[in-house]
Amino acid sequence: MDTVYAAAVVAKVVFVLVVVLSYSPLLVWADRRQSAMIQDRMGPNRAGIPIGGGKFITLAGLLQPMADAVKFMWKEDFIPPKADKLLHALAPIIAVIPTIAAFAVIPFGDVIWLDHLNEVLPAEPHGRGIPLQVATLNIGILYVFAVSGMGVVGAAVAGYCSDNKYSLLGGLRAAGQMVSYEVTLGLSLVGCFMLYNSLLLEDMVAWQVDRGVMGWGIWRQPLGFILFYAGSIAETKRIPFDIPEGESELAGGYFTEYSGMKFGMFMMSEYIAMVVSCTLLTCMFFGGWDVPFMQRDGLHIHMFGFHADYTMLHWVVSVIYVITFLAKTTVLLWFTLMIRWSLPRFRYDQVMKMCWRYMLPLSLANIFITGMVILFSGS
Amino acid sequence: MAKLIHRPKMTAAEAVYVPEIAKGLAVTLSRFFKNTFSARGSEGNEIDTIEYPEERRTYPERFRGIHRLTHRADHSPRCVACLCCSTACPAQCIHIEAGEYPVGDPRRGYERFPQVFVIDELRCIFCGFCVEACPCDAIRMDSGLHMPPSTQRSHFIFDKEMLMAIPAADGSFETKNPRLEPGDSGHPGVDREHHH
Repeated sequence: MDTVYAAAVVAKVVFVLVVVLSYSPLLVWADRRQSAMIQDRMGPNRAGIPIGGGKFITLAGLLQPMADAVKFMWKEDFIPPKADKLLHALAPIIAVIPTIAAFAVIPFGDVIWLDHLNEVLPAEPHGRGIPLQVATLNIGILYVFAVSGMGVVGAAVAGYCSDNKYSLLGGLRAAGQMVSYEVTLGLSLVGCFMLYNSLLLEDMVAWQVDRGVMGWGIWRQPLGFILFYAGSIAETKRIPFDIPEGESELAGGYFTEYSGMKFGMFMMSEYIAMVVSCTLLTCMFFGGWDVPFMQRDGLHIHMFGFHADYTMLHWVVSVIYVITFLAKTTVLLWFTLMIRWSLPRFRYDQVMKMCWRYMLPLSLANIFITGMVILFSGS
Repeated sequence: MAKLIHRPKMTAAEAVYVPEIAKGLAVTLSRFFKNTFSARGSEGNEIDTIEYPEERRTYPERFRGIHRLTHRADHSPRCVACLCCSTACPAQCIHIEAGEYPVGDPRRGYERFPQVFVIDELRCIFCGFCVEACPCDAIRMDSGLHMPPSTQRSHFIFDKEMLMAIPAADGSFETKNPRLEPGDSGHPGVDREHHH
């Protein structure tokens, strides 16, 4: 490991952390403003920095999450007298760390070839390529499942240690729901694994880039997409699957007894988990960083008798790829929020029934059908 | 007796749930795009929010706001310190100390004037009984203002000068009802000192 490589790793870690952690307040803002727009309201637009003359810089309400964060830090950190103090403090950390750690294997751009930065990338690049993901693990997406499966521990521990019946019920519900949906989540992707013939997210994206827009996973695995999308919303415990919180019956669910920044961490873990699921969706169903007609050496448009080739420098292409990936993720996050503000909450038995009686058999059928198609098409 | 609850039968499209989600999304998406990409107040924008300190709802004409003491032509209060308002007040928030006009004043004997007129706007329940009780149209609640918030109780104790400094919603300090001064033709001219 030489210095260039080490510096690249540090740079990637910093980039991913900055992007992911800034997504969290952005999502808080988007959640509140978007819901306001859907419901004919204004949403938060007051919190601001005074600039004199009774005027404020509010950035369309973007400073509201900052104000919330400041409020969280100054609020009393209340721990119930009979709660387990150690676990009570540990639970939010257990909830938030795995969700951030899941980003380690998610590729947010194509491999960067340092020797070719200022030229058009040749067909067979030489020198060192730096993959744009923090860690290149050969178990790929299984790592994401393993790590995000830890999230359930945070919720369960929070419910268990709070010395509150509502919290306990919320923790139990969270545990039951997340463990159940983990099964569907994994099985709904098996079709993708068979199709892409790999567990590595970077290979999956490369497979889709090779085949262009019509090769995107959403066209090849539509059922898998719907199942994984529904499952990932259930995994992140968002409406319509937010029965672990269930204000109407459980006060606040497993984080009833949390206040201040500890509650903020649960909220953050929820939003970051959303970002994780949307980056996964981007990688597996929306071609990752794939831009239509774009290859690693520039644009190649060949359709309806129209032919054009336009070469681009390697660094330009790389930047476009990263921006495309983030843009796709953002659009998916926006759509996830739209779903969150469109649907009412399920009942607990409905959630469980949907998982075990409908989604699980469907995901098994998806595997079977995918296998048949691959077998008979011979590809 | 057990009561049978008939669950509604779902059609196949409803049971699959995905088409119903699409229907719901169509509603929310159309609202979202309409409200996000059109200016406030333009056609298609359905946000009705009144952004309070900058924009204000116009109160109805008969809105009972904070009190004002109406003026006479010479800018003294119309009030004759009859104590009708403080008697009628269910919250007992009006305090009046009556004063006698000096000897020789044409009004002496016909009426008195308020030396002290204090309303505790925190106690006031804004029922409007004082306005109803007033025989001289001296106290009105047509200022169109609600009590501005404050952190000090003393700010809510309105004395005579304060009450006379509050204009009506149209900016005037008088009322449209005519007033007869002693000596005017039409003034009844009966009182405890002047016998006819």
